[in-house]
Amino acid sequence: MSANDSVSAGERRVDALDVSPDEALSETLGHDLEPSPARGKQRRRDWVQLPLDALHYRVTQAGLAISLFIVAMAVVGPYIAPYSPYEFVTAPYAKPSATAWLGGDNLGRDVVSRVLCGGRTVLSLSFIATAIGMILGVVLGLVAGYARTVINEVIMRGLDVLLAFPQIVFVLLIISVLGPQVWLLVLGVGVTLAPPIARVVYGVTVEIKERDFVMAAESLGVSHLKIAFTEILPNIVSPLMVEFGLNLTFAIGTIASLSFLGFGMQPPAADWGLMINENRVGLVIQPYSVFVPVTLIAILAIGVNLVTDGVAHAMIGIDRDTGSA
Amino acid sequence: MPVLPKLILRRLALGLLTLMVISVLVFAATEALPGDTASQILGKSATPERVERLQDQLGLDRPLIVQYFSWAGGLLRGDAGHSLVGIEVPVTQLLGSKVVNSAVLMLVAALMSIPVSLLLGSLSGRFRDGLFDASVSLGSLTFAALPTFVIGIALILLLATQILHVLPAVSRVQHSASIWSQMELLWLPAATLALASAPFIVRMLRGSMIEVLESDYVQMARLKGAPERIVLQRHALPNAIIPVIQVIALNLAWMAGGVVTVEYLFNYPGIGWALVDAVANRDVPVIQAIVLLVAAVYVTLNLIADILTILISPRLRTGLH
Repeated sequence: MSANDSVSAGERRVDALDVSPDEALSETLGHDLEPSPARGKQRRRDWVQLPLDALHYRVTQAGLAISLFIVAMAVVGPYIAPYSPYEFVTAPYAKPSATAWLGGDNLGRDVVSRVLCGGRTVLSLSFIATAIGMILGVVLGLVAGYARTVINEVIMRGLDVLLAFPQIVFVLLIISVLGPQVWLLVLGVGVTLAPPIARVVYGVTVEIKERDFVMAAESLGVSHLKIAFTEILPNIVSPLMVEFGLNLTFAIGTIASLSFLGFGMQPPAADWGLMINENRVGLVIQPYSVFVPVTLIAILAIGVNLVTDGVAHAMIGIDRDTGSA
Repeated sequence: MPVLPKLILRRLALGLLTLMVISVLVFAATEALPGDTASQILGKSATPERVERLQDQLGLDRPLIVQYFSWAGGLLRGDAGHSLVGIEVPVTQLLGSKVVNSAVLMLVAALMSIPVSLLLGSLSGRFRDGLFDASVSLGSLTFAALPTFVIGIALILLLATQILHVLPAVSRVQHSASIWSQMELLWLPAATLALASAPFIVRMLRGSMIEVLESDYVQMARLKGAPERIVLQRHALPNAIIPVIQVIALNLAWMAGGVVTVEYLFNYPGIGWALVDAVANRDVPVIQAIVLLVAAVYVTLNLIADILTILISPRLRTGLH
C-alpha cells in the first residue's frame, strides 16, 4: 500500500503548509484544478435537463406520444379486452364481424382481445433485456476503461468475441442448448446488447480518467472502484441515456423477432410476435391477425427510436452550450 | 519490419485467434447440455438403443478435449459430421446448396441497397439540414427502428397479397430445386434485407460526408478558389470513400444475421432457414456448423474491412497516428 502511504504523507505536508489538498494538487499539476463537470446541480441537470431539453424537439414529442400510446394500450388492454385471449369466439380465421371486430385468429380466438393482451410481454421483456445489457455494459466498460492492466485486455477481447456473432444467431445458439425459455431469451438478448455499450463507456472512461477531478480523487486515496462509480459514471449520463434508447429499440426488434421465429413466448400466450408466427399462414384470408400486431410492433419501435433521436439532438445541444461557456 | 505488413499481420492473427475462441465457445455451448447429451437431444421418448447409438455416433464417451479436436479437425477437412434428424445426411451436403442460396440473396440485397443508400447518404450530407436531408433522416430513422420481419410482412401485404399482386406469394419456393430456376422468388426477400440494411449505410455516409466537407483540406481547397465540382471530386469524395468500404463489409456482415428472420419468413432455402429448423429440432451438428459459418463470415468481412482501411488511409499506411 505504498500509494496510500504517499497520500497520507502528502496530506500531512499539506496540513503543515495550511493549504487545501486541492490547492496543493493544482500547484503540483502546474495549473488550476478543473472541477468535475457533473457535480451538484450539474449532476441533476443531466438526469432531468436532458430529457426536458429533448422535449423541445418535435421528433421527441411525436416519438413520446407514439410510445406512450402503445404502453398505455399494453397496460390497460387486458382490462378492456372484450373476451379472454384464450377463449374460442369465432371460426378459425373468421372475417371481422359484430362479435369480433377484427375477426378471429388461427384457432378462432378474438384478434382484438389477443392484441390488447399481447403487448405486455414484448414491452416488459425488452425493457428488462435492455436494463441487463446496460448494467453489464456499463460495469464492463468502466472496469476495462479504468483498469490499466490485463483486465482491460481480457474484457475488451472477450467483448470482441461476443461481437463476432450476429445478435440473433447468438441467442439462437443459447436457446438451442436449454430450449426456449423466457429468462434465457431476456438474458441472451441482454448479453448481446452489452458489448457495444461497454465500448462506448470504455471510450468515455479512458478520456475522463485523465482529467483533473479524477486525479484529485486518486491523490486523496479514494478507491478505484469508488472513483469509477462516483466520479466517472455521473459524467457519462448523457451518452448512456442515448444508448438506453438505442438498445431498447434493438431489444424490441430482437425479442419480437425471436417470438416470431417461435423461440420466444410459447403458445397459448398472447404475444404480438407469436401472433404473427401463428397467423401468417392465413395472411391471405384474414390479414388483421397479422397486420395489427405487426403495425403495433412497428409503431413502438419507431416511437422509441424517435425519442432517442431527440435525446441525441439535445445532448449535442448541451455539449455545444458548455463548449461555448 | 515495415509498419504496414506488421499491422496487417497483427490484424490477421487477431482474426484467426477470434475464430478459434469462437469455435471453442460454439463447441462448449452445445456440449453444455445438462445431463446426458444424447438423451437430451433425442427427448424423453427415446429408446435406450437409439441413445446408445447416438452416443456412439457423437463419440460422447471420449474426453471433451478430444471431442473438440476431432470436431475442429473434421471441419478443417470439410467434414462437419452428420445431421441428427431424419436420414442423417452429412451436414456439408445438407448445407451446400443453402450456403449458395444465402450468398446469392445477400449479394442481390447488397446490390440493391448499397448504390442507392450511398447516393442518398452523400446527397443528404452535401445538402445538410435541407428538406431533402430532413426527409431522408426521418426515413432512415423509421427503417432503422423496424425489425426485419416487420419490413418483410409489410412488403408481402403490399406487393404479394392484399394490395398489389405483382410478386409471387411466399411459400412457393422449391427447396430441392436450384435458386437460379426460381429467381422471381428472390426479389421480395432481397428487397426486405436491402430496406433493413440501407439506413445504416445512409447515416454513416452522411456523417462521413459532413466530416470531410468540414475538414481543413476541403476548406483550403475552397479558399484557394477551386470550383465546387473540383472540391467535391478531387478532395471530398476520395476521403469519403474510406468509410464506404467499412460500410459495405459491415453491411454484408449484418446481413449474415439478417437472413435468419427473412429466410424463415419467406421460406427461403438458405442457412438462416436451416438454422431455425435445426434449433427447433435440436440438430446439434447443423447448429454448430451454421453458427460457426456465420461467425466466420462476420469475422472475415470485418477483417477485410480493416485491412482495406489500413491499405487505403494514408495516415495508417505511413504509420503516423
